[in-house]
Amino acid sequence: MVIDQSKMQSLADRFVEAEVKGRSPWADARRRFLRNRAAMLGLTILVLVSLFAVIGGQFAQWSNEELDFSVMGQVAQMGQPSLENGHYFGTDNLGRDLYARVVQGTQISLMVGIVGAAIAVIVGTLYGATAGYVGGRTDQIMMRTVDILMSIPYMFVLILLLVMFGRSMSMLFLGIGLISWLDMSRIVRGQTLSLKNREFIEAARATGVSSFRIIIRHIVPNLLGVVAVYATLLVPLMILTESFISFLGLGVQEPLTSWGALISEGAGTMNYGTLWQLAFPLFFFVITLFGFFFVGDGLRDALDPKER
Amino acid sequence: MFAFILRRLAVAIPTLLLLIVFSFVLMHLAPGGPFTGERALPPQVLANLEAQYGLNDPLWLQIWNYLVSVVIHFDFGPSFVYPDRTVNQLIANGFPVTLTYGGLSFLAAVILGVSLGVVAAIWHNSWVDYLAVGISIGAQVLPNFVMAPLLVLVFTLWYRWLPGGGWSFNDPSFWVMPVIALSTSYMASIARITRSSMLEVLGSNHIRTARAKGMPEHRVIIRHALKPAMLPVISYLGPVFVSMITGSVVIDIYFSTGGIGKAFVDSALNRDYAVMMGVTILVGALTILFNLIVDVLYAWIDPKIRY
Repeated sequence: MVIDQSKMQSLADRFVEAEVKGRSPWADARRRFLRNRAAMLGLTILVLVSLFAVIGGQFAQWSNEELDFSVMGQVAQMGQPSLENGHYFGTDNLGRDLYARVVQGTQISLMVGIVGAAIAVIVGTLYGATAGYVGGRTDQIMMRTVDILMSIPYMFVLILLLVMFGRSMSMLFLGIGLISWLDMSRIVRGQTLSLKNREFIEAARATGVSSFRIIIRHIVPNLLGVVAVYATLLVPLMILTESFISFLGLGVQEPLTSWGALISEGAGTMNYGTLWQLAFPLFFFVITLFGFFFVGDGLRDALDPKER
Repeated sequence: MFAFILRRLAVAIPTLLLLIVFSFVLMHLAPGGPFTGERALPPQVLANLEAQYGLNDPLWLQIWNYLVSVVIHFDFGPSFVYPDRTVNQLIANGFPVTLTYGGLSFLAAVILGVSLGVVAAIWHNSWVDYLAVGISIGAQVLPNFVMAPLLVLVFTLWYRWLPGGGWSFNDPSFWVMPVIALSTSYMASIARITRSSMLEVLGSNHIRTARAKGMPEHRVIIRHALKPAMLPVISYLGPVFVSMITGSVVIDIYFSTGGIGKAFVDSALNRDYAVMMGVTILVGALTILFNLIVDVLYAWIDPKIRY
């Protein structure tokens, strides 16, 4: 008896196919995200800007602290962007290489944005999940505290902190971290409330898992989608906050710099015809914000298709 | 409704008191007092100064005194750096200016943002919609500290149409750039929120019913769609208001308008704690008051809310 090899093969294929055919919600979301052109554009921008921050310094011909004495005092005429003298983005008003400065500013602004969002994610998620899971009076007190903290004009308090305890990077991180988690905790609490009565949580409780482990192992992983979307939208807000404070001269201090500080410097000297000092930092600032907003919106649409 | 307002007040007042105590304790904890300068003062002078400002009292008494003078007499005490001026005078100088351009910016952001959003939603997927979405995405990445230099560059340095700084209550040309700079990014956010909520409302059942019974389209939109569509916008007004006041710091610095933002940054650079606290508390009080108004407005418009 001859077995038809081709038919057997197709049968075998059918079985294999049936196994892989089911698409998880995550795969669906990934497909929707990859199809979203604005989000892919945003992602590309972000990858390029990150590359610029990480390896851009390798291509600089000048360090960010070195003064170019040949252009000093005639920055408007000699300090223009040029490939010949190695100042790709021109020089700043003191004759420092703007390319190296923008690389440094990009590193610091991105770092502030990501660290600020990370603090928000960690503190906000744990706080919100705890309040939502424990419930009752604890929840009342915890969320009232958030309400109270939210009604404080935080930018003023942040400046107050920076002035009183010195303007350092760590103080800036602490100050931004203090305020960034509030919204996150509210969103997470709402999600936790809807998760907490589901069967798998009940099962975990019935088998005697401790509350802390339930929050860490069962609640938090299920919040990941919401948290990821919100964190992507939070990074640009943190960058905006830091730039705002640095623009006022109260944030990052020399010799460190950030987009806000560079924009402030460029804005201060634009009257002398050195527009590139404003244009380059502003360009990176604007495209990065665009990138984060596009990616955040794309993630939200991808993870929550009914919202469109 | 009355009980609802009372209940909100019961939260708002302790919040404000907490803010006052918090900023006072913060000031107390800060290293270096108001009189530690580069030149050390003679001990006797220092002792007299500290006695005059009550800095030798125990902390709880200082907090109590400050609280009483702020809450009962609206008196924020003298400035630590300019002893001949009180904090109240410094605030009173700047506040009308901030209120003028801040209020105008607020109105501009709300009116333009809502109109843009509504128009975009009515002609959904037309060129008007794309234009509105384009504007609101573009404006989102132009916060006040980016708009301010760009406006000065275009309108002052290139075209010389508007003065690049200064303030006058009589000449509106001084107001234009601060208002545009302050309102642009919030106008964009309001337009986005309005558009998406308007789209949602326009697709709902009661709108279909109104259209089905032959109601003219403009009446459908004004009478039936606008009100529910405004709810998300109203809840966004609180943050917008806070940002207008916060943004005044940038506006005052960049355009030399002389509002309370200037008083705040000056005092931050001079370490004039009394003025910093005064401004922070005033802004906090305004924020809390405004959030209260927004909550009441929300409860009044939304029939579903329980209060």
